Amino acid sequence: MSASIERFDERARREADRVGETIVHRGQLLRHPVYTRVLHWSVAISFVLALLSGFALYTPWLYRWLTPLFGGGPRTRLLHPWFGLLFVIFFFFQFLNWFGPMAWTAADRRWLKHLKEYSTHQHRVEPEEVGFFNGGQKLYFWLIVLSALLFIITGILMWFDHLVGRWLIVVSYVVHDLAALLMLGGFIIHIYEGTSHQPGTFHSMLDGTVTEKWAWTHHPGWFRAVTNRDPRQAYEREKQRQVDRERTIEDRREL
Amino acid sequence: MSNPRTFQIQEISAHPGPVPGAGTRREEQVCKYIDVTTCIGCKACEVACVEWNDHPFRETTFNDTYQTMPTTEWNYYNLIKFAEDERDGNLMWLLRKDQCMHCEDPGCLRACPADGAIIKYENGIVDFQQDNCIGCGYCISGCPFDIPKFHPKTNKVYKCTLCSDRVGQGLEPACIKACPTGCLKFGTKSDMVQIAGLRAKQLREVSGFADAGVYDPASINGTHVIYVLHDIKRPERYGLPANPIIPPSYTYWKWLAKPIGLGLGLLGILGVFFHRVSFGPRLPQPEEPPLIEPQPDPVEAKRKELP
Repeated sequence: MSASIERFDERARREADRVGETIVHRGQLLRHPVYTRVLHWSVAISFVLALLSGFALYTPWLYRWLTPLFGGGPRTRLLHPWFGLLFVIFFFFQFLNWFGPMAWTAADRRWLKHLKEYSTHQHRVEPEEVGFFNGGQKLYFWLIVLSALLFIITGILMWFDHLVGRWLIVVSYVVHDLAALLMLGGFIIHIYEGTSHQPGTFHSMLDGTVTEKWAWTHHPGWFRAVTNRDPRQAYEREKQRQVDRERTIEDRREL
Repeated sequence: MSNPRTFQIQEISAHPGPVPGAGTRREEQVCKYIDVTTCIGCKACEVACVEWNDHPFRETTFNDTYQTMPTTEWNYYNLIKFAEDERDGNLMWLLRKDQCMHCEDPGCLRACPADGAIIKYENGIVDFQQDNCIGCGYCISGCPFDIPKFHPKTNKVYKCTLCSDRVGQGLEPACIKACPTGCLKFGTKSDMVQIAGLRAKQLREVSGFADAGVYDPASINGTHVIYVLHDIKRPERYGLPANPIIPPSYTYWKWLAKPIGLGLGLLGILGVFFHRVSFGPRLPQPEEPPLIEPQPDPVEAKRKELP
């Protein structure tokens, strides 16, 4: 099972790389291949459409704000399930794509324990055991897996409401909302971390590459795996180079 | 809507004594009275309903009863339900005219997410406005009586209007007009409750139905369609819920939990924004240009110098 997923994913990655390409400059590392990027943005676009059309119907206070985006109430209602279905289908492939690197480990548990230090910037570089994804990213991934399952089950029940009982619809309605709120919370943090909070991360999903500095800062374990170099040593050497350069400039100024 | 009291006489010239009718108030709440004990199942009300609402002919479904079809439909608001019961070892036929109950606390209206798709008038009639309906079907699950019906061609939901168009013109609903036995009546809520109470009393005292009573469920603050039943203790026998309720997901969840959830979302956005403002970005290390060692605050230093 796992092997066939791997094989399917490998092939998809190869095919996507034949169509698109990822240019890696000196001092950069390949982080996300074309296939992953296309998948991510397909998931993202369908999710945002589903989110906006869903929140239009979520509460009367958003109805008038959001339904015009989709051409009015009836069309919003008509489109929402299709956006949702598209999201779940795209995410299914994303799941196959990231199923491996998202596996939960003891290191992730330790990462979550130190969430407070992480969010208050106690350390300038991440612990060395943080690999391709950190505990927070994995948590968000598995949260989406859970939410997508809840969405698709309750969504289909609500879509074909004439086939099921009244109370099942009523429960689905609440579960669907809870899944949406969970996703909204994760989504806000995801966008923040991916753009404003960690410069360079948005670039990794746009062009597929990151700088080596970014890699040893945020994902030292992954840095070690792809470069065979020690992330701490690389960091210290870069720091030393910085100090040397400063000294050279100072010396020149004195001349 | 014009005030019905506008042309009520206030003063009369050279009239000895008080103004006749002074202080009278118009009863606004309307009600349909259905006495299931005198219904003969003729279905004239069904035909009148289809006629008045100009509904297209709908194929009937035969399922070994005299019922026209299993449930009300988007173009069949009014249906006589036939149920078989036993009384003193004999067969007893329970005929109940099924249609929208026009609840005082309408579950469909509570459930509806579309602005203006369901309205309730001062007189108690609950009416669907198909122009604003988005066809989500929440009202169907909000209704304790399984009344609203989805029309797959127009993607809208329909149900009995209590002939709001007729009532607005001072006419009784079409079903009332067609009833040949007088088991259907239409008037103010207080009148109908009184008549129903008298009829139930008569059934108890004269006709030997010791448990006869009026179905006007308090769990949804009463309805604007009330039944006189042979046996008020077992409304399920007639297909009526003993204790109709609106799902809490359309009351507490919709009006309390949902806005709280949304508020938490907004707080989240503010939270990450102020996190960024307070802590700055996590830049790849070492940062360019290099970090400087923490310097003593010049303002603070000066302040300390002062005596």
